[in-house]
Amino acid sequence: MADQSPSPGLSRPGKWARGAVGVLILFLASEALGRADIVDRSFLPPASTVTARAFELLGDAEFLHNVRVTLTAWALGLLIAIAIAVPLGLLLGSVPAVNTAVRAIVEFLRPIPSVALIPLAGLVLGSGLNMEVPLIVYASCWPILFNTMYGLDDVDPTAKETLRTFGFSRLQVLLRVSLPSSAPFIATGVRLSAAIALILAVGTEILSGFGEGLGIFIAQAGNVPDGTRDVLAGTVWAGCLGLIIDSVLVQTENRLFRWHHALRSGAS
Amino acid sequence: MDKVTGMLEITGLGHAYGSHRVLQGMDLKVSQGELVTIVGPSGCGKSTLLRCIAGLIRPSEGKVVLNGTPIDGVPDGLAVVFQDYSRSLLPWLTVRDNVALPLRRRGTGKAERRAQAVRALASVGLDDAASKYPWQLSGGMQQRVSIARALAYRPSMLLMDEPFGSVDAQTREDLEDLVLQVHRAEGMTILLVTHDIDESVYLGDRVVVLARNPGRIREELPVSLPAARDQIGTRAAPEFVRLRAEVGRLVRGGAAKDGPPTVHEKPVR
Ligand SMILES: Nc1ncnc2c1ncn2[C@@H]1O[C@H](COP(=O)(O)OP(=O)(O)OP(=O)(O)O)[C@@H](O)[C@H]1O
Ligand SMILES: [Mg+2]
Repeated sequence: MADQSPSPGLSRPGKWARGAVGVLILFLASEALGRADIVDRSFLPPASTVTARAFELLGDAEFLHNVRVTLTAWALGLLIAIAIAVPLGLLLGSVPAVNTAVRAIVEFLRPIPSVALIPLAGLVLGSGLNMEVPLIVYASCWPILFNTMYGLDDVDPTAKETLRTFGFSRLQVLLRVSLPSSAPFIATGVRLSAAIALILAVGTEILSGFGEGLGIFIAQAGNVPDGTRDVLAGTVWAGCLGLIIDSVLVQTENRLFRWHHALRSGAS
Repeated sequence: MDKVTGMLEITGLGHAYGSHRVLQGMDLKVSQGELVTIVGPSGCGKSTLLRCIAGLIRPSEGKVVLNGTPIDGVPDGLAVVFQDYSRSLLPWLTVRDNVALPLRRRGTGKAERRAQAVRALASVGLDDAASKYPWQLSGGMQQRVSIARALAYRPSMLLMDEPFGSVDAQTREDLEDLVLQVHRAEGMTILLVTHDIDESVYLGDRVVVLARNPGRIREELPVSLPAARDQIGTRAAPEFVRLRAEVGRLVRGGAAKDGPPTVHEKPVR
């Protein structure tokens, strides 16, 4: 099997090299800016200071606890979103009557930016996981829902008919053909949602301002004089979490849906 | 009405996709254990006919009666080998699991499913492809997998839509003989659609020749060749040669006599 690189003409090591160069340039630039004393050091600490602090935080039990709280909210929200959006997408995608009935609601809700709901959720749901998780669920449902419906549209009718002629019921065909066939699309939706869920988790914490979580750590660090270093170190970790989650999901998709990539590259 | 003698009885069958008329006034009886081949020019509605029999589309006119009951939805004990063989295999399942899947619907146990799948694969000469995935196989091999899947299911009626389209000549002869053998050994009722005039005579107990625009039955020819056939002897028999010429004349003559030429061949959307 040939290596599947998503961007043609650039091998995997090549991509890594360019990515590393980009990070290095950014690092050096911010280091230079921080050391040049153009701005106050406590205002914009050099990159090396921030990186050192980020590593130091790995040994900080309280910080790790905060990260764990955020990841719990993230995982819980994402799992509930999958449990809601996939069955809902299957229903909307396979029963046209339900689809038309629900479409109006969907079209109304979808354009509302989830972040705009944070104050409302705070009022109604209070604070902590109680408000964080529902917000994450709400925001992460959309990509999963739409990708599930899109995936269903893409299912080969011949495959469905084949199973029907062997006597499988419509529900069985849905579960045995349509669902696995849409799975690569659903997985892409989950990956998009995973990023959104992390933004919502950290964002809600920052805006609510008290309690526990990575966002709380960042928000509270900002209140202390000289706190920029901690704010930036916390932000670096938020970014790293996003990166790790994304690459784990990409790897999993590539392994699980080899058949999908094989068909795509064979067909075109 | 006299008593139904045939297993499958089609009366006054007609079908139109929208305003595009594809089949008209078809009457056909197929008895239990018969092997009927259907031959006709491209686009005359052969696949549409099979889909009506399989209960995948509801014909706009006429009725299809199977074992005395009009079909409504997919009948039980049926297997179809689709013309789009590669798209009818599930790419996330191995070849063996694809073949075993229909048996699962019947509640066959896991070990038994596997054993039957492996046996069916061996019968089409694919012993060593069992744990591969369909997309790792050539077109002809995929076609054989879909045939194996239908055979493993042991249907009481088998519908095959140009099942040997993309296999090489040698494999094609082997598969033709396999179909004959299954037909004889298990008394399976088989309806086989083909483009190939020789094949329609070699395999059929009866050859149904279709005409097109709209698709209808031009002629039914009983094949009076002995039931035991072999690739060399049968094809040299005078009866075979006579039938082949006759079917050829009907198919070709039919195509020439058909009304407007290719204009109606594609549906206008
Ligand atoms: N789903 C469909 N919607 C509209 N028109 C269709 C559809 N399926 C087939 N047709 C048209 O009906 C006619 C008969 O099609 P059908 O596939 O039954 O022919 P066929 O005899 O199997 O042809 P071939 O030998 O090329 O497989 C053709 O003109 C085709 O374009
Ligand atoms: Mg056809």
